[in-house]
Formats: sequence, structure tokens, C-alpha cells
Amino acid sequence: MNNRIWIALFLLLFIGACTKSVVEHFIGFERPENFPAPHYHFETNPVTKEGFELGRKLFYDPILSRNNTISCGTCHIQSAAFTHHGHDVSHGIDDKLGTRNSPAIMNLAWGKSFFWDGGVFDLDLQPIAPITNEVEMDEKIANVIAKLQRSPEYPNLFARAFGSPEINTERLMKALSQFMVMLISSDSKYDQVMRGEGAVFTSDEQEGYELFKTHCGGCHKEPLFTDESFRDNGIGIGPFNDEGRYQITLNENDRYKFKVPSLRNLRYTAPYMHDGRFITLEGVLEHYSHRIKNTANLDPLLIRNGEPGLKLGTDEQKKIIAFLNTLNDEKFVTNKRFSAP
Amino acid sequence: MNTYIRLALAATLFLVSCSKDKDQPNETATSDLSIEFDNIAGDMNLHLNTGTYYNASGESFTVTTLMYYISNISLKRADGSVYTVPQEDSYFLIQEDVAESRFAKVKVPEGDYTSLQFIVGVDSLRSTMDISERKGVLDPAQNRGMYWEWNSGYIFFKMEGTSPAAPGDNKFRYHIGFFGGYSSPTLNNIRTVNIDLTQGGIARVRSGRTSNIHLMVDVSKVFSGVHSFRIEDQPTAMFNTFTATVADNLPSMFRHDHTEN
Repeated sequence: MNNRIWIALFLLLFIGACTKSVVEHFIGFERPENFPAPHYHFETNPVTKEGFELGRKLFYDPILSRNNTISCGTCHIQSAAFTHHGHDVSHGIDDKLGTRNSPAIMNLAWGKSFFWDGGVFDLDLQPIAPITNEVEMDEKIANVIAKLQRSPEYPNLFARAFGSPEINTERLMKALSQFMVMLISSDSKYDQVMRGEGAVFTSDEQEGYELFKTHCGGCHKEPLFTDESFRDNGIGIGPFNDEGRYQITLNENDRYKFKVPSLRNLRYTAPYMHDGRFITLEGVLEHYSHRIKNTANLDPLLIRNGEPGLKLGTDEQKKIIAFLNTLNDEKFVTNKRFSAP
Repeated sequence: MNTYIRLALAATLFLVSCSKDKDQPNETATSDLSIEFDNIAGDMNLHLNTGTYYNASGESFTVTTLMYYISNISLKRADGSVYTVPQEDSYFLIQEDVAESRFAKVKVPEGDYTSLQFIVGVDSLRSTMDISERKGVLDPAQNRGMYWEWNSGYIFFKMEGTSPAAPGDNKFRYHIGFFGGYSSPTLNNIRTVNIDLTQGGIARVRSGRTSNIHLMVDVSKVFSGVHSFRIEDQPTAMFNTFTATVADNLPSMFRHDHTEN
């Protein structure tokens, strides 16, 4: 063979390798154009294909629970935007009931705190709580690690993700974080309108959007539809006397305050509120319009002309709901990439 | 005085200064120092589950669990200069049921140390660091439950036990945490302890040997260090503002007994 043929062969191989790498190219974390910079610390936990896939496998693996029956995915179901559709509170291990509505897992890379009371300030520390909670997964992290070490596949998967087969708290948490930060919901009609991708609001949706900005946007800040703050929205004390943010800060001004939840994907996430007390959006809108309870820490934004309640008429409520329905992201709840492997 | 005597005296002085020089610390060399946390209750050695002790209010109690964090150790020399142990080497979880955990072992430059400072708990900076900076006793998921997983933060001090004075189940539980809060201020129950070593013996740290500063840690002071309270009135302090009162009492538990050089 002469030199030219050799060169040609090398070039072919090179191009072949290139093509292959393009086919397998992993799309890591990408900020949607209409979203702000994320809050998560990617510099200490960059998302890789191997880490993401390991996190996904762990997320759906009941090995994380005491008796290997409950996975993260048990109460965070993709078709329900990673909440527990139809459950006011979730049933965890041995069918034990919690006291709060399972929050939707979406856009957590922008989350500054986690849980309804914001008690956890770093996503990497979040999974410890449900794994060890006695009504959720009731397992010790040391046991989880021992089980993963004994498994035929996990040491190898950890080695691929982190460079060695060692399994420790940090790697377990960081793999789960890599999966969770990738759960981005940013392809609703609202997003398409905002990004100028050709979608157009109907007149009801547009009017609803204007009403939303006037009455709701103060707390449900666009584009994530939460300002991450803690507020008393006047729903009154629930059946478990859950004191919310107060239990974290012991500050009287935080009693009965809860995290402002995102309003994305409401079609999939009913029931609503921290204890899942409202079954329908109509019920929620009626609450904000006429049923606000004037509790000690009631949010001032819910007081109009000295009276609690937004006093929205039926037509206004309907239009706001029409707008809220533009926040549903079907691609997010059906994306195979986020499904159990 | 004749010349010989003068010479002899001078020689003696020289020798004395020589031998003193020999014991002069070489501050460029480091050596081992341990701080021993010897848990007691009043006048008695502490024994989990079996011993019965009394607090200042005369209530009897038995201790079933005792664990606490010691961190951010620094030592002061007679000239006032301070050596701070590198922070990453300065976290210890003292566990009454794990005998070897009673020693906080650090490396310090040779020197004569006249006082000791540490905090009971984990500083706020470490409490908010990336999980990669929280290994060993700081592992938030594998530190024997010394962490509030639903309200991210270490439990600095945990003492549980039984007392006939405790209403209901006769149990008392003191879990003292709160580092000051991440995004909203909370209680800050981190407490600093200063121990003077000049009465019980300064630590003369030299190469080739380990100095051991032996501290007595009197758990009965939990009830009466600065503020006196009764188990009957406050059998539980975990997640309430009363924890600040208990935290105030914690530094009084520590006293220097002696130093082995």
C-alpha cells in the first residue's frame, strides 16, 4: 500500500470516529433561552452522560428504600410532572402517609431551596431526607451504599460516572442531582410564545396573562412562576397544623408560610397546595378570590382595599385558568430521556 | 570568689542555659497533640445506661446517648501568639460509646501552649459547604444521626436519657443544632469554649512525644452551666428556642484537669 492509501484510510477512520461521537453526543445542561442563569453549582458537579444515567437509574430504583419497595419515582411520577398525581399526601413505605403534597420535580436547577418549607438549601443534600424519612423510604444511607456496593452493576456505573467504583454519600447525592437538574420543563405554549417560536395566545389566554401579571405574578414570578419566597396565602391552618417555614427558622413571622410553588404543569400535578387540599384549579382561584383567611402572617399582596382576597369575578378566574393551561409542557411529561431506563 | 569558682559558675550557667536551649521549642517542627474529652457527671465518671447522676435541681438522671462535635481548635502561646489548626483537620465527633473518639488528635508546631480554644459544634461556613467538603465525621448522611436532613444542619450536641422527673415517658432529649441559617437567619447555637491551661499544666509540645490535654466534661452542667433548668420543665430541646438556653450552658461543661507532656 502506498502512502496515499494509508492517509485515505486514516481519514476515513477519523471521519468514522467523528460521526460516531456526533451520534452519541450527550446534551448536558442547557439553559432555555427565556430562563435566567441557574442557581445550581455545576462547577462542583458537572453533568455528564454517565452521571445523568446513573442518577436516573438510582431515581427509579427501590433499592434506596428499607425494604426495596419505594423509589424516588414512586411519589414523583413523570406523567404527573414528577409529583404524585391524585394524592393529597403520598403513601410511602408500608403505605404510611406523609403530611405534605409531593412537590413536582422540575426546573430544580433554578431552585434556591427545597421542600415546602425550604429546609434544605442544596440540592445535593435533598435526597437524604426522603431516603431516611420513616414514612417515605425509611432507609439509612450507609445501608443504601452497602446494597449498591453488593450489586453486580452499580460499582461499574459509579466508576464510569466518577472515575472509580467507590460509592459514598457525595457520589450518590451528586448522581441524583445530575438527573434532577436535567428535568427542565421549558416547552409549554407560554415558552413558545415568549421565545417567538410562532405560537400565539388566544384572546382568553392573552387576557388571562394580563390578569395573571396583575394578580398572581407578584409571587409566581416568570418565567419559573415562583419567586422562591415563603408566604402565607391565607388557606388557613391545615389538618396537620403544619407550621411550614416556622419549623425551619423558629421565626414567628414565618408561621404557616410555605414556599411559593411553580405554576408550570398544573394539568398534571393536582391536587394543589402544601397539603393537597384543592382538587381543582377552579377551587384554587375561588380561594384566592373570596376565601382568604386573615391569619397573622397573611401575605400583604392578598389584601385589597383593606380586605383579604383578590375579588376576581368568574370570568376573570376562567381567563386566568386559560392562561395557566398554557404552562403545561407535554414534552416534559413524555420525554423518554426522563423515564425509567 | 576565686577564678576557679567563677569559671565553675559560668560553666554551670552555660550548662543550665544549654539544657534549657535543648528544651526550647523548634517552631518549624510539628508534633502530636491530643485533647482528651473525658465525660463525667458531677463527681462521678459517666457510664451510659447504668449510672445514676443528679443535676443542680436534685433531679436524678441516666444518660443513654452522648455525642458532640468539637471543631475549629486553636492554641495560644504564652507570648499571646495563636496557632489555629488547619480547619479541615479540626473536626471531631466525641461519642461516649466509642472509647477512641474521646481524643481529638491534631498536629501543631512545637511550643508551650497556655490556653486552648474550640467550638462546640460545626461552624456555619462548613455547614454550607459543598458535600465534597464534608467527609468523615462530617458526612451528613453517615454521622450517626448528628444531622437534621430536613433542615440542613448538623446537630452539635446530643444528650438523651431517662429521668423520673421527665413527664410522660420519663425520657429527656437535648439535640442542639442551628448554625445561624442559610438564607434566613435562625438561632445560632454555636458556642466557643476557652480553656486556660496555666493552672492544670501547659502543653509543652515537642517532637517525639505526644502531649495530652485532659479535659473533664461534666454533663450535669447541661442543666445548670449558666441558666438552671429542671428536666421536669424542659425534658425536650430539639427544635425550639429553648435550645439556645441549653447551648449557653454547654461551655461550662469543659474544664481542664491536667496535661500529660
